[in-house]
Amino acid sequence: MTEFLQHLVNGISVGTIYALIALGYTMVYGVLKLINFAHGDVYMVGAFVGLYLANAMGVEENPTIGKAVVIFVGSMMICGALGVVIERFAYRPLRQRPRLTSLITAIGVSLLLEFGFQLPSIPHLGIPFPPGPTPRFFPEIFTRVAWEPAGVHISNYDIVSFFLAVGLMLALQYVVYRTKFGTSMRAVSFDAQVAGLMGVNVNRVIAYTFALGSSLAAAAALLFAGSRPRIDPLMGLNLGVKAFVAAVFGGIGNVPGAMVGGLALGLAEEYVSGYMVSSYRDGIAFALLIVVLLVRPAGLFGTFRPEKV
Amino acid sequence: MRALRLVSQSLLPFVAGLAVLSMISKGLSGSWAIVLMVAGINIILAVSLNVVNGFTGQFSIGHAGFMAVGAYTAAKITMALRFVQIAGISSDASDQLFFLLALVAGMVAAAVAGLLVGAPSLRLRGDYLAIVTLGFNEIIRVIIENTPFLGQATGISGLPRLTNFVWVGMGVVATVVMAKRLAESTHGRALLAIREDEIAAEAMGVDTTSYKVRAFVIASAFAGLAGGLLVHLIQLCTPRSFTFIKSFEVVVMVVLGGMGSVTGSILAALVLSLALEGLREVQEFRMVMYALLLIVLMLTRPTGIFGTREIWDILPKWGRHRAQGAAGGSP
Repeated sequence: MTEFLQHLVNGISVGTIYALIALGYTMVYGVLKLINFAHGDVYMVGAFVGLYLANAMGVEENPTIGKAVVIFVGSMMICGALGVVIERFAYRPLRQRPRLTSLITAIGVSLLLEFGFQLPSIPHLGIPFPPGPTPRFFPEIFTRVAWEPAGVHISNYDIVSFFLAVGLMLALQYVVYRTKFGTSMRAVSFDAQVAGLMGVNVNRVIAYTFALGSSLAAAAALLFAGSRPRIDPLMGLNLGVKAFVAAVFGGIGNVPGAMVGGLALGLAEEYVSGYMVSSYRDGIAFALLIVVLLVRPAGLFGTFRPEKV
Repeated sequence: MRALRLVSQSLLPFVAGLAVLSMISKGLSGSWAIVLMVAGINIILAVSLNVVNGFTGQFSIGHAGFMAVGAYTAAKITMALRFVQIAGISSDASDQLFFLLALVAGMVAAAVAGLLVGAPSLRLRGDYLAIVTLGFNEIIRVIIENTPFLGQATGISGLPRLTNFVWVGMGVVATVVMAKRLAESTHGRALLAIREDEIAAEAMGVDTTSYKVRAFVIASAFAGLAGGLLVHLIQLCTPRSFTFIKSFEVVVMVVLGGMGSVTGSILAALVLSLALEGLREVQEFRMVMYALLLIVLMLTRPTGIFGTREIWDILPKWGRHRAQGAAGGSP
């Protein structure tokens, strides 16, 4: 029973992170019908921006809540801006071209971030940027406190991360379904051309969508770095694929679906690797993806939309 | 007439290739031979990936995963048969026969893997194949690193050096003949139709899913061949040779050469392999350059160097009448 509860805690803690990243995939897919391959790498950039901010403010010696807030807000804003820049220069010029073109560009941007960050640091910059290929250690942005009620190990990181993730998801839910921007976003997702004719500024909606998704990825990166503090430029590769699986599982293009998908994947990984084969942990997401594509390609909450000719 | 064409287009390249390659291999010195063999393996990879990404218009980015399947299958077989010899023929000839068996087994294993990966993801339109193949590439690594039978992270070392210039050359000939014959067949026409407009192709009665899966399986098989050749050249079979970096290298070759152009892929594979040899000192910039190349190419010339055309479609005079005879005079 203790073991079961422990896996539940771990699974939810990882699952919320997957969900946050999956939201970025699903929103961009919703408006552009494009798998944003660079999304996992925006997540990686978020972790490194957080690291630089933490080092600049001396968080390691003297962590406070104020600094933690600055790190979160700063990292989310910089990543949001990065998302907008990527969209503006890599995807927007290609929007009218065949979709394969944007897909290849997305892969190019992803590689550029992954391997650009592995280059040797530029001298005389003050901060070690790019960070280079060796993994870095992410400092604790607030003091870790752990409890063991009924033998289940749970730390304040797990709790903060859970509530922060849920809070961000609720905020997103509000933005998408209750605000004017959310309405125009859903309109663009339904039919970009008609939405444009109805007076929606399609370019701006898409840019904001990227900003929103990318800042959520940055938040996910900081939350994840709390429990797994080794960060390196390739960390977004595997997590990106997993979050994408979560998005497909919930029904790509569907916002609540991404949250459920993320949680489901986190729990599935925890339980399968805990009770069965732990060494194949990274394979579970892939197996799930194949099963979803075979059984229900639209995902849990996705609706099948016939293709227009 | 049909039989004549079969001989001239399918058998002649092999016979002529064997003769020419044996002659060239006698005059090659050590280091150049290795560079050329690596380039040849890259040509096999690029041309076979072009069948999926170029002819069919799908996008696979996990070619190295299928390479790994073929490589490990072939390596296991040659290691098992290392000390066995067929009675009645020389030990050299016996080794070569076993190597052929290993390569074919590697191709079959890779093809099966291609079927398992392709069948679920190619049923759907869109970009699912890309992410599934990327995932597959990583999964293969995870499986190898956790399986003691496959040597885990250290891999299988001490493989006999069976790959030589003739083997690689024949592999290239086989791949190119496959691609050309495929492109000119009914099957190939169906693939091109799928690339141009999947819905229209379906309306014309093309069974899109099964054609896409078959193309993908063929491409995977040849990736397996390349894997088998590579590990018997470097005499070492580790998961490090088959990471997603290798996959992207092949993607860059195909995109640069022009998706749908066999000669474009060959040229791009040759140029990039040789350039890589020259740029050994700046290795860390290699992937960044590939990434920039992909982005800039898509923004400025998304068709790649040749587009869907072949080299003789753009070269003047001496190739002109041939192109008109074969393809009905596309400029």
